[in-house]
Amino acid sequence: MRALCWVAADELAVREVPDPELRNERDVIVRVRRSATCGGDLPLLAGRDPLLRTGDVLGAEFLGEVVEVGPGVRRHRTGDRVVVGTSVACGGCWYCRQGLHSCCDNAHADPASVDPDWGRSDAGCFGRPRAAGGFAGGHAEYVRVPYADVGAFRVPDAVDDDRALFAADAAPTGWLAAELGAVRPGDVVAIWGAGAVGQLTARAAVLRGASRVLVVDRHEDRLRMAERHSGAEPLDYRRTDVAAELRDRSGGRGPDVCVVAVGAPPPDRFGGRSADRPDARREAVHACRKGGVVVVLGAADGFVDAFPLGTVTDRRLTLRGARRPDLRDVPMLLDRMARDELCTEHLATHRLPLEHGPQGYELFRDRADGCVRAVFTP
Amino acid sequence: MGRLARAGPALGSAALTGAVRLLLVPRWRGRTGADSDPAAPARWEVVTVDRPPEQVLPDGRWPEPLRRLDGAVEVRVRAAPGDRGTELAARPLAGATPPAGLAAHLVGDDPGLLVRRTLRQVKQRVEAGEVLRADRSALDRPEVHG
Repeated sequence: MRALCWVAADELAVREVPDPELRNERDVIVRVRRSATCGGDLPLLAGRDPLLRTGDVLGAEFLGEVVEVGPGVRRHRTGDRVVVGTSVACGGCWYCRQGLHSCCDNAHADPASVDPDWGRSDAGCFGRPRAAGGFAGGHAEYVRVPYADVGAFRVPDAVDDDRALFAADAAPTGWLAAELGAVRPGDVVAIWGAGAVGQLTARAAVLRGASRVLVVDRHEDRLRMAERHSGAEPLDYRRTDVAAELRDRSGGRGPDVCVVAVGAPPPDRFGGRSADRPDARREAVHACRKGGVVVVLGAADGFVDAFPLGTVTDRRLTLRGARRPDLRDVPMLLDRMARDELCTEHLATHRLPLEHGPQGYELFRDRADGCVRAVFTP
Repeated sequence: MGRLARAGPALGSAALTGAVRLLLVPRWRGRTGADSDPAAPARWEVVTVDRPPEQVLPDGRWPEPLRRLDGAVEVRVRAAPGDRGTELAARPLAGATPPAGLAAHLVGDDPGLLVRRTLRQVKQRVEAGEVLRADRSALDRPEVHG
């Protein structure tokens, strides 16, 4: 089959690779119909993960049709149209039973080897190197889905592929951010980053009853999209004193909930630190009202210097984080999509055949041509 | 050391009549011995399995694949606090002769790794019903074309 493979830093290629195979009883094989770029791919693309190997198939967010079913699968049969959650989770460990699928204990093929702190491995993830379980991604014609009863979800007929695709990762991440922030009716919510996850966080906040949602970014097209599709107020940080605006628009208090959804840091091949990411976090902490909640999303750098911890304690803030979403919200989000409460297809700004995957990632990485997400069709 | 530690692969029905018996196992210290002392007992490796002890060790027997380490490791079992299932611990036995084929793994740079892997496989089998296998890397398969 054809798949989009990592070759070297900043080099991707569509190659012929062997078809995936059922490796466990709870696996299914999915024929991919759509797959999307993800911010978490950018550090991989830049070659910043030492466990990435030439030939690894990328793609964390995908949708397709079940074509092969393992003997231990109960909920799926061939022909099902499914969206597959980005986290691989067993459904049977303590974390999964609490709904914390992204913390699953059993979704890594060799957790002991990558687990120096012993007992702290995360859930697996599609399209990530061996450190995330060892599972090929969805930028391919076919993909193997372990624990399919837990992580693959039938798509309602009323929801088309272009919309349902984002129920795999971006929509549940946005919903999780609003949940971690405990967004309540009447809240003022500020979000840094108007990419797909930032926009869907804004939409989730609106659906949870926030009275005012503000999105901070520097890309005019993304800000306009957030305004149009999520009902958010745009703040261009190049032209605006963000701190002052947030104070003004929250009656001098500061937002109740601040979410940092700025995505992965830009590629940096020279070992330096990207200054803008910690700045977004600092700004969010400083902006938040007393007793508010700051939520940090995404694949964060390991350490951030000059983090304003004093502000966290002085203002009695709650700081929460998540790298990827759980699976529990996917059915609810598909239902909302079916009712047109949650529309996501506008995020697919570029639709390309899989053969153009490398160009799609270039557009996505550089935010060129208004690219929010590139979606590939095998 | 708990009374179950020396019981070997078949713990016996008397040793596993229920959680009450397992609770008699004393809380072990987090660290026994030191890295610099080769004669010191190896570190315990511990995993929490989200199932009651009788499901982790059915009929009082060490589950596969732990059983193949018989003679090379000692094992402790006790109920986890907060109804979180079972804490299952193992460590290489000092002075024991490992089973053929496992010797190098148990005396290598990280002798605990095989024990950790084995415990995690027990956990996967009990909680998820199977031991998860990774996809084969494209590089591992000869059909890949550049």
